[in-house]
Amino acid sequence: MSPSELFNIVIMQGFAGFSLFSVLLLMGLGLAIIFGQMGVINMAHGEFMTIGAYTIYLASHLSETFAPGLMPYYFPPAILLAFIAAFAVGWLAEWLLIRHLYKRPLDTLLATWGLSLGMQQVFRSTFGPKEVSPTLPDWLLGSWSPMAGLDIPINGLFVMALTLVVCAVVFLAMFRSRWGLRVRATVANRAMANATGIDTRRTDRITYAIGCGIAGMAGAAFTTIGSTGPTSGSLYIVDAFLVVTFGGAASLLGTIASAFSISQVQSIAEFFLTGSMAKVLTLSLILLILMMRPQGLFASKVRR
Amino acid sequence: MQSKSPDQARKFSARTLLCSALSLVLLASAQPGFADVPPTAKVNTTGLAVADTEVTVGQLHSATGTMAISETGSIQAEQLAIDQINAMGGVLGRKVKVIKEDGASDWPTFAEKSKKLLVNDHVAAVFGCWTSASRKAVLPIFEKENGMLYYPTFYEGLEQSKNVVYTGQEATQQILWSLDWAKNEKKAKSFFLIGSDYIWPRTSMKIARKHIENFQKGKVVGEEYYPLGNTNFNSLINKIKIAKPDVIFAAVVGGSNVAFYKQLKAAGITADKQMLLTLSVTEDEALGIGGENLAGFYSSMKYFESLTNDNNKKFVAAFKAKYGPKSVIGDVTQAAYLGPWIWKAAVEKAGSFDVDKVAAATPGIEVKIAPEGYVKVHQNHHLWSKARIGMAQADGQFKVVAESPELIEPNPFPKGYQ
Repeated sequence: MSPSELFNIVIMQGFAGFSLFSVLLLMGLGLAIIFGQMGVINMAHGEFMTIGAYTIYLASHLSETFAPGLMPYYFPPAILLAFIAAFAVGWLAEWLLIRHLYKRPLDTLLATWGLSLGMQQVFRSTFGPKEVSPTLPDWLLGSWSPMAGLDIPINGLFVMALTLVVCAVVFLAMFRSRWGLRVRATVANRAMANATGIDTRRTDRITYAIGCGIAGMAGAAFTTIGSTGPTSGSLYIVDAFLVVTFGGAASLLGTIASAFSISQVQSIAEFFLTGSMAKVLTLSLILLILMMRPQGLFASKVRR
Repeated sequence: MQSKSPDQARKFSARTLLCSALSLVLLASAQPGFADVPPTAKVNTTGLAVADTEVTVGQLHSATGTMAISETGSIQAEQLAIDQINAMGGVLGRKVKVIKEDGASDWPTFAEKSKKLLVNDHVAAVFGCWTSASRKAVLPIFEKENGMLYYPTFYEGLEQSKNVVYTGQEATQQILWSLDWAKNEKKAKSFFLIGSDYIWPRTSMKIARKHIENFQKGKVVGEEYYPLGNTNFNSLINKIKIAKPDVIFAAVVGGSNVAFYKQLKAAGITADKQMLLTLSVTEDEALGIGGENLAGFYSSMKYFESLTNDNNKKFVAAFKAKYGPKSVIGDVTQAAYLGPWIWKAAVEKAGSFDVDKVAAATPGIEVKIAPEGYVKVHQNHHLWSKARIGMAQADGQFKVVAESPELIEPNPFPKGYQ
């Protein structure tokens, strides 16, 4: 192999790692907000992602049927729609189900798991059991090759850009907005926050809905990578929990660090070992580190 | 290795022809008119659910859960065949009634439901299962309770039972001829094997590797398995780029499949630069993957919806009339359609619904109306069928570019490949 080929492979392999990093981060972010900030174990996280994915599918379908001219442009607004759809369903779920269970955190696990099964059946009845893929605009397909032999996947670039934007917005909102202040106050000390006049119930509801909305956007972005079926959500949920738990539940920074380290180990190991062995290696490393550091990479600063 | 000498083939078909002609004569004499239905006591000596006007069969697939994606087509095709059989007057003058059970993508549930069908309902036959795992779960029950199972999926072989009829291809039928085609027609010498990490891809790739290395004197430049549900193939794709194989030989399934092809395309690996031959993409999967991600790649199956023979035209028309013009028909769907017809023919040949008699009558059964073209049942309860290579089109259909000249003998225990 010539040096230039080797260089290309190194670049592409580096990109593969970063691409996996952004996928994991986008998956884990919504969960980190809900799990980390509210202590709710949201087993339906994957299904909220699926809502987002189906929203894209619907948007692509509608645009194809009614406004074929808009096909190149439908994708970005559809991602916003995905956020709104998942946000709305999350809002409703919190109001109907979750808010009655805040004092029983383990029961939220059972309740949201039930919710996820119910949602899967709704997807199945609405969209059918077969997997679907939206028709993607041409600019999202194929690869960008700045030179011969070097192909950078455009969908990967797109997911990376979206992750960057979502992360920036979440951080701004968390540390620079009124909502973020209320969330942080509620997490730190619920009773005290209540006493200072913060409506913690409302804060909870919005936080849960925003977490779900971000999950919806993640699901929307993943339609560029995989397909969507009623049970697609269950594919993501394990990885999402892995990222959040490994990072340290209450820390957004921890989520980023953990997504980064998991993705790098995984993708480098995949390159030198085989796919299944890479998974084994990654999981054993995570297990080992969690045994030594049960609180995750970044310890939570929550007062219990 | 798998295609028999023409002499042997002629002898076999002559014998089966004689057999079927004889049984036709026998049947005709036993059943001169519709009104003269053989008495129940005569056609059912083992207490199956057979009445004077009705016979009950079971259908056992996953209507819910992960596998519902794949099994829906089989459920529909079996129902279509049974409807058509009923419209023709049923089996031995009896209408076929179906009890549907849902295996829910859960193997213990499959076992439990098969027990229910055989022990409580006494069904005369069961059409069902899809994954090898579900078949393995129900096999001991079918053997113990003496039931008949018609299994539609192409699978890894290494199994044979008097109580099962395998209507899909076993591994050697699907793999060997297509590898020879790649070698002879496409001058392929090096192969990169990729599969999902479970029994079917691993067994298939084992057979493929032996064939490539020992019989074709070719080279396997990589062999990789990824966990089911894996959606990230970028590292793998880089390895393919380094290995530069003539052919990527793939058996990736489920949600991973879609991610795999989308990422291949995104990494610039398209049909004009790289040949790919897959064992796991039918029209059903193409729907999810999107034709634009597949166009130009090859798939090895025994059936494609685009086949132009008269049987298939009728079958496709009937299927779309029943399930909508947008429905697609994959290889397994077609194989599932054969199940009820093979059962009907075997029952009529045996003149009885008794499982032992049906099982004994099954070898040699011919299906002349099969959408894939003529097939017949081997002594080992698998089908003689042709192998075909389809080239994926942008609309999600396949263009048949090659077809084995002869029916290929099923060989579930291939020597030299274990």
